[in-house]
Amino acid sequence: MSEHESTYVPKTGVEKWLDTRLPIIRFGADYMSLPTPRNLNYWWTFGGILALCLMTQIVTGIVLAMHYTPNVDLAFASVERIMRDVNGGWLIRYVHANGASMFFIAVYLHMLRGLYYGSYKAPREMIWIIGCVIFFLMIATAFLGYVLPWGQMSFWGAEVITNLIGAIPVLGEPILIWLRGGPAIDNATLNRFFSLHYLLPFAILGCVVLHLWALHAAGQNNPVGILIPKDRAKKDMLPFHPYFTVKDGFAIILFLILFAIFVFYQPNALGHADNYIPANPLQTPAHIVPEWYMLPFYAILRAVPDKFGGVVAMFGAIGVLFVLPWLDTSKVRSMRYRPTMRTFFIIFLVVGVGLGWCGGQLPDAPVIGSFKTFTLIDGDLNSYLWLTRVFTLYYFAFFLIIMPLIGLKEQPLPIPATISEPVLTGADAVEQKG
Amino acid sequence: MTIGMKTVSIKTILASAAVALGLISAAAPAMAAGAAAHPRSGGFSFEGPFGTYDQGQLQRGYKVYHEVCAACHGMNLMHYRNLGDRHGPFWNPKYPNPNDNPVVKALAAENQVPDIDSETGEPIQRDATPADKFRAPYPNATAAAAGNGGAAPPDLSVMAKARHDGANYIYSLLSGYRAAPAGLQIRDGQHYNPYMAGDLTPFWTGDHHDVPPGGFIAMPPPLQNGQVTYDDGSPQTVDQYAKDVAAFIAWTSEPKMVERKQAGFGVMIFLLIFAGLTYASYRRIWKGVAH
Repeated sequence: MSEHESTYVPKTGVEKWLDTRLPIIRFGADYMSLPTPRNLNYWWTFGGILALCLMTQIVTGIVLAMHYTPNVDLAFASVERIMRDVNGGWLIRYVHANGASMFFIAVYLHMLRGLYYGSYKAPREMIWIIGCVIFFLMIATAFLGYVLPWGQMSFWGAEVITNLIGAIPVLGEPILIWLRGGPAIDNATLNRFFSLHYLLPFAILGCVVLHLWALHAAGQNNPVGILIPKDRAKKDMLPFHPYFTVKDGFAIILFLILFAIFVFYQPNALGHADNYIPANPLQTPAHIVPEWYMLPFYAILRAVPDKFGGVVAMFGAIGVLFVLPWLDTSKVRSMRYRPTMRTFFIIFLVVGVGLGWCGGQLPDAPVIGSFKTFTLIDGDLNSYLWLTRVFTLYYFAFFLIIMPLIGLKEQPLPIPATISEPVLTGADAVEQKG
Repeated sequence: MTIGMKTVSIKTILASAAVALGLISAAAPAMAAGAAAHPRSGGFSFEGPFGTYDQGQLQRGYKVYHEVCAACHGMNLMHYRNLGDRHGPFWNPKYPNPNDNPVVKALAAENQVPDIDSETGEPIQRDATPADKFRAPYPNATAAAAGNGGAAPPDLSVMAKARHDGANYIYSLLSGYRAAPAGLQIRDGQHYNPYMAGDLTPFWTGDHHDVPPGGFIAMPPPLQNGQVTYDDGSPQTVDQYAKDVAAFIAWTSEPKMVERKQAGFGVMIFLLIFAGLTYASYRRIWKGVAH
């Protein structure tokens, strides 16, 4: 928390000299001794995991950029050359490619944790909003990066997504040409995508600094969701190091085990086989799908019959997150004490996964069996199109209707006055003496 | 502090991993229903976390590729030197630099590749060296398309990664040609294959609930029994040829697979020990701290 007093005492002459000129050691030391709510559970470890993901992507990305050639005739072969002739290149590339998926697994869990425990509510709105900016930048970066190997999915994914911009009335066409660097996806597009793919991670890094700054100004939320009273700080807080470095460290290693299973044993499981076919502008793949982490938003895009409407819905699905702090009318942060809201949250989880599933299916394909029921407006009722629409409706209703309404109507459970109370008597109670 | 509470924490982590895996499996795009027959298993040695390439099979596979496939299909990511790479078909520990490997040199020299005469600048053909790329069957993509009814035969370098269940798919496709079912209208220059992706509904005159699986492929059945001579006693059958060349293409697609799995084994052991030590430190640091 901001009021946390510095306990750092410079010992050596060099440290004293530096401390009056650039108190960088003090900054680090204060950071490590930051009072942290003692009841943080493992869902709080994804912040550290995400920091690791970002650094991994930047470091592997810088090395890949040394060997990659952003030219439509050479890009595909240059990526495969990395896999074959660059020392350890296969490892660096697979870590980078799977790292993107791992990054999104972690960010989704991190965001869902924030959603469940009300981490976006006052006084933490800025932490959440900057987090949303980071998420949006991550999507942009991942999309740009997926284009670089110049496989079939790279090319056609870029085609589909840039075309969305063209759906904007009047301005769409000129913006589209400006973005692509010409009327079609070509070498100019690949060059600028490479440039931007190198740039955006550093923009993310900058936002992460702001995210942490805001976090330290407002203080961390905790599973109980209450602001910790000043007089309880000594009892309810623990220094970040060693208590949370070791807890985060353990979680990070477990996460790395999952990461390693993919990199070493299933390196292509999360990708699409078509991206190992060199890009061919004259041959459209049978089924264009984005990477798994984009599928829920892709599903929302396709749920709306009008192209521009679909684009608005897709960006709206991300945009609604930015105003979340003002949509939630409840004063209670943690859903532990909001049983009604928790039920809707669980449905939201199912719907989110469901949207991802729908995004990977052909819209006309039947959901159950292979029979047709009856045509509703523009599609058979037993089709992914209509399932996607039902899910999309819930996605928006969750934020725009359920959240404001439940906050006003619900009867929350009694909230403990301190976090020690539930620690000692609540659901997570442990005996004081081991 | 009770152990029970700790187990809950671990469960939380496992649950998060499960959610993550759930997300992935839920998001994996499903194949269109009933489009192509599910590939048969080639029973390959390189499957599983400890699987490695069978060197004899890779050598036979190269022979099939060289004598049959290479007439139409290039492998522009492969160099002859790669044949002598570690875990490759002609790897010999005596020649850590595959360019020195006499077998690789001899195999390269069987091929003529285009070059520029360094004295006169005239285009010439010369014997390939291990440093050369595999000989391309056509001078350019247009020539490849013109020679094959308008569609260039695809490059095979990464074919096993470019198809779902790559090695089994290649094996099934090559050995899976069969006579077209009665009622299927085949266009000129096309062949029926149940493992080929496609939708045959428009060409099917029979019962609509009974559309045959698979699609049309421009490539005529490329393998015949006894076509390639094996000197290691392996059966000289289409089935065996298809398996061997599928294994060879799996290797060209993923030449570092063995290295990857071996590194992965070490990494997993390291991470598991590291996780154990960190968990022990965690237990010790938090001992007696209620949370």
